[in-house]
Amino acid sequence: MKPNKQFVTFNLDSLFLGVDVLKVQEVIRYQQMTRVPTAPTMVEGLINLRGQIITAIDLRRRLKLADRPADHLPMNVVVRTDDGALSLLVDEIGDVVEIDDRSFERVPETVTGLVRDLISGVYKLDGRLLLILDTEKAACLPPTFAHAASKA
Amino acid sequence: MDDLIKEFLIESHENLDRLERDLVELEKDPHDKETLSSIFRTIHTLKGSAGFLSYSRLEAVSHSAENLLSKMRDGVLVINPEITGALLSTVDVVRTMLGEVESDGAPLERDYSALIQLLDRLKDGFSGETASVASADAGGEASAGAALSAGAALEAIPLESEPEPVTAVEPTVAQIPTVAQIPTAEVPVAAVAKPEAVKPAAPAAEAAKPLAAAKVEAPKAASPAPKAVAPAAKAASPQAEHHEASGASEHGESRSSAASDSSIRVDVGLLDKLMNLVGELVLARNQVLQFTEHNADSSFLATAQRLNLITTELQGSAMKTRMQPIGNIWSKLPRVVRDLSASCGKQIRLEMEGKETELDKTIIEAIKDPLTHIVRNSVDHGVETPDVRVERGKPAEGCLKMRAFHEGGQVNIEIIDDGGGINLDRVKNKAVQRGLITGDTAARMGDHEALQLIFMPGFSTAETVTNVSGRGVGMDVVKTNIEKIGGTVDLQSQYGKGTTLKIKIPLTLAIIPALVVTSDGERFAIPQISLVELVRLNAESISQQVESIHGAPVYRLRGKLLPLVYLNRELKLDAQGAAADDQGVNIVVLQADGNQFGLVVDEINDTQEIVVKPLGKQLKGVACFAGATIMGDGRVALILDVLGLAQQSRVLAEVRERTALMEAGTEGRKVRDDRQTLLIFSAGQDTRIAIPLSLVARLEEFPRAAVEHSAGRPVIRYRGQILPLIKVAEHLPLVHAVAEEENESMQVVVYSENGRSVGLIVGKIEDIVTETITAKRHAFGNGILGSVVIQDRVTDLLDVHSIIRASDPSFPIGGSVSTAA
Repeated sequence: MKPNKQFVTFNLDSLFLGVDVLKVQEVIRYQQMTRVPTAPTMVEGLINLRGQIITAIDLRRRLKLADRPADHLPMNVVVRTDDGALSLLVDEIGDVVEIDDRSFERVPETVTGLVRDLISGVYKLDGRLLLILDTEKAACLPPTFAHAASKA
Repeated sequence: MDDLIKEFLIESHENLDRLERDLVELEKDPHDKETLSSIFRTIHTLKGSAGFLSYSRLEAVSHSAENLLSKMRDGVLVINPEITGALLSTVDVVRTMLGEVESDGAPLERDYSALIQLLDRLKDGFSGETASVASADAGGEASAGAALSAGAALEAIPLESEPEPVTAVEPTVAQIPTVAQIPTAEVPVAAVAKPEAVKPAAPAAEAAKPLAAAKVEAPKAASPAPKAVAPAAKAASPQAEHHEASGASEHGESRSSAASDSSIRVDVGLLDKLMNLVGELVLARNQVLQFTEHNADSSFLATAQRLNLITTELQGSAMKTRMQPIGNIWSKLPRVVRDLSASCGKQIRLEMEGKETELDKTIIEAIKDPLTHIVRNSVDHGVETPDVRVERGKPAEGCLKMRAFHEGGQVNIEIIDDGGGINLDRVKNKAVQRGLITGDTAARMGDHEALQLIFMPGFSTAETVTNVSGRGVGMDVVKTNIEKIGGTVDLQSQYGKGTTLKIKIPLTLAIIPALVVTSDGERFAIPQISLVELVRLNAESISQQVESIHGAPVYRLRGKLLPLVYLNRELKLDAQGAAADDQGVNIVVLQADGNQFGLVVDEINDTQEIVVKPLGKQLKGVACFAGATIMGDGRVALILDVLGLAQQSRVLAEVRERTALMEAGTEGRKVRDDRQTLLIFSAGQDTRIAIPLSLVARLEEFPRAAVEHSAGRPVIRYRGQILPLIKVAEHLPLVHAVAEEENESMQVVVYSENGRSVGLIVGKIEDIVTETITAKRHAFGNGILGSVVIQDRVTDLLDVHSIIRASDPSFPIGGSVSTAA
C-alpha cells in the first residue's frame, strides 16, 4: 500500500477538483494578463511569473463549462507539466487534503464528455467526491482547437 | 568522472578534430612539413596521455600510427591515399574508444589488431622493400624488421638524452606535455640513424642463415648501435636545420599557446545560464529606465544611466562568449568531402571563405547537420564524375565552395558547386510520379517554383532523387531546421552549370532589437530585422494616399503600391482602430520573404532590446506570433511573426499556393522571387487582362466627357500635361468593347516612362493579385504576351509596350518588354 496522497483542491463551477500536490508549483492570485489574439478562447493570456512567461488556461473553457461571472476573479494554479509550467484558472482554491488511497475509484462509465477525458479518477470524501484532474491532458489543447487557431 | 579523464577526453576530441583536418590537408600537399609535424605531435600527445592514464589499447593503436608517421617524417614514406585512409580510420577507432571511455570509464575489450597490423604493414612498406633488396636471399623480412626494431630500441637510448637542447629551442608550454617534444628530436636523429641500422641488418640476416635467427641477430644488430649513436651526434646539423626550417611554425605555436594560456574552458551550461541571467538583467534594466521617466532625482538618473551602460556592455560581452567561428563546424567538412568523393570516384576541391565568421553557439549547433547534409548532397549528386566533367568541357576537378559572411545583422552562408545543376524537368516528372503534384500543376510551374519542389517532404525519399538530379535527400529537413532558427534557404541552379544554396540566419536568438507598437491597447514587439521604415500619415493625406483596390487598401510609397494590413483586423482586436483614421495612421513598413507590406498600428512606441521567450505548446498553432517577451513594466508582450502575419493576411499569396501544394502534402515555405503583382481588369465581356503593377504609374478615373482630340487622337488634360490616350480594347482581337462606351467615366491606367506618360483606357479594374505566373501559353502578337491562369481563371497578359508602340511609335520605351515572361 502506497502512502496517502496529498491533493490541492479547488472549485470549478459545480465540480470539486484536485491536483496532486507534487505537480503544483504554486497558487497565485489573479494577475493581469496579456491577451493572445487569434489563440483558442480557452487560452486566457500570458502572465509573467518572475521572469518566466506562462500560458494561463481557463479551466472552465477547457472543460466546456459555463463562463465564470465577470465580477469573479479566478485564481491561478500553476502546475508543472512536461512542457514547463502552466497556469490553470480556477474559481476558488480549497484546502490541501490528504486522502487514503483506498477511497480511490475509477471514473464511472456513466460520466461522459470532456470531464471524463480529463479526470483520472475519483476519491470518495465525506459528503462529496473529489475529481482528480489529469494536468498533462488538460495542458494539451484538443487538436481541433489548435487547428482552428492556425486557420483563423 | 575523474577531472583528469574529462580533461583528457575534451583535449583528445579536439586533437582528433585537428588531426582529421591536418591529414586531409597533408594529402593535398604531401611535402608540408609543418602539417606533418602537427599530426605527429598530436598523435604523440594522444599516445602519451593514453599511456599515462593506462589505456593500453588506445596507446597501442596510437603507437602504431606514430611509428608510421615517424617514417613519413623521416621522408622515407610519402603519404598516399592508403596511408591517409589508415590514419583516418585510426582517428575513428580512437574516437570510438574515447566514446567508450566516456560512457563506460574504459575502452571496451575490442580487437584492433587488424588496424595495428595495417599500420605496421604500411610502415614496413618502406623497410620491407629496402630490406628485401639487401637480404632477398635471407627472405628475412621479419628478421630485418626485427633488426630494425632492435635498432630502433637502441636509438631510443641516445634519443632520450637528446630532447634537452630541443626543448630549449622550443619554448615548452604547460599544456603540451614535455613528452610531445621528443618526437621533434627523434625525427632528424632517426633519419640519419635508420639507414645505418638497416644496412648492417642485412649482413646480419645473411649470416644468420644456419643459426637461430633471433639469437644471432640481437648482438649483430646491436653492433651497429654505436654507429647509430654516432650519427645521432652528427644529427646535430640536420637538427639545427630542421629547427631553422620550422622556426617560423614554432614561433607561431608559441603565440597560439600563449593564447590558450589566457583562455579557460567553460561549461556550456554555465554560459547558457549566464546568458539567461543577462537577459533578466536587460529586462530589469528596462524596468529601471522606465522609472527614470517619472523621476527627477539626479543621482538616481545618473545611477540608472550607469546601469544602462554597464548592462549593455555586459550583454555584448556575454553574447560574445557564445560566439564561435563557423570554421568550427566547417572543419569536419574536408574529411566528409574527401571520403565521399573518394567513394564516388570524384575529384572535388573544397574551398572555404570566411571561416572566421562568428555565430551564436546554439545556431552553430543547429546548422551543423543541415550543412553537412548539403555538402554531402553537393558531392554526391551535384558534382559530376571527372570524365563527365571533361566531356562537358569543365576541369576534371570539381569545386565546392563555401562562403560565410555577415550582412545586415544576419549571417549568410553559401554553398556553391560547379556541378551538373538541377534538371527541372526531371524534378517535375519525379514529383508527378511520386504523386506530390499533378501533371497540370507541374506544367504551370515556374522554374523557381519547381526548384522548391526539392524541399518537399515526400521528395526526399530514397534513391528516386539520386536518380533525378541530386538535391533533395532530406532537403525538407534541412529547410525545416534552418527555418526553425529563423533562417531562410534559397536555392538557385543552372542546369549544367552548378547549384548555389544560400542560407541566411540570424546572428543570435536570445536578445534581439525590436520595435514596440500598440494596437488596441496591447503592445507588440516587431523584430527589427523585418523592419524597413516607418510612415506616418496625417488625417488629410489618408484619404488621398490610401486607396482601395477592390476592398484591399494600398498606399503609394514613393510611387509603388504598398499593400496595407491592419493589425487590429488581422488579430481580430476590437475595431476601435478604425476611428484612428481621423487622427492619421502609423504604417510600419515590413519585409517578409522579399515582399514589402505596410502594417497599420495604432501607436508606435519605441525600440527596445527584448529577450525572446518561447510560447507554450498550447500556442504553437497561432501563426502570428513568434514568441513573447517581458516589457519594462513587467507585463508580457507578444512578438509578431512577420512572415506568419504576411501569410495570414495574404500579403504573401503563399497561403493559396500553399493549399495547392498542400494537396501534395507540403508545408514548406517558399521564397518567392518569380512572383508578380498584377493589376487585373476586364476588357469587354469575359476577357480578363492583366498587366504587371510595376508598369502602372497611377490609376485614374476620368469622365468620358473630358476626352479631347489632338491630331485626331484622343487626349486628356492631366496634371498640367496632355496625356495621350490609348483604348486597349481597340488593340485587342475579338474584344467587344461596346458596352463600356456607355459608362460616363472611364478607368485609365497611366503608364510613364522617361518623363512621358500615356493613358491606357481599360474596362473595369477588378483586382490586384500577387501571384506566381503559372501555365503560360505564349504569344499571339496583337498586344497579348500570352495567357496565364490567375485565380483559376484564364487571363491575358497585356503587352503594354507593343500597344503603346503601335499607337505612338515615337514613345520612348526603354529596354525590351519586361513583363511577365
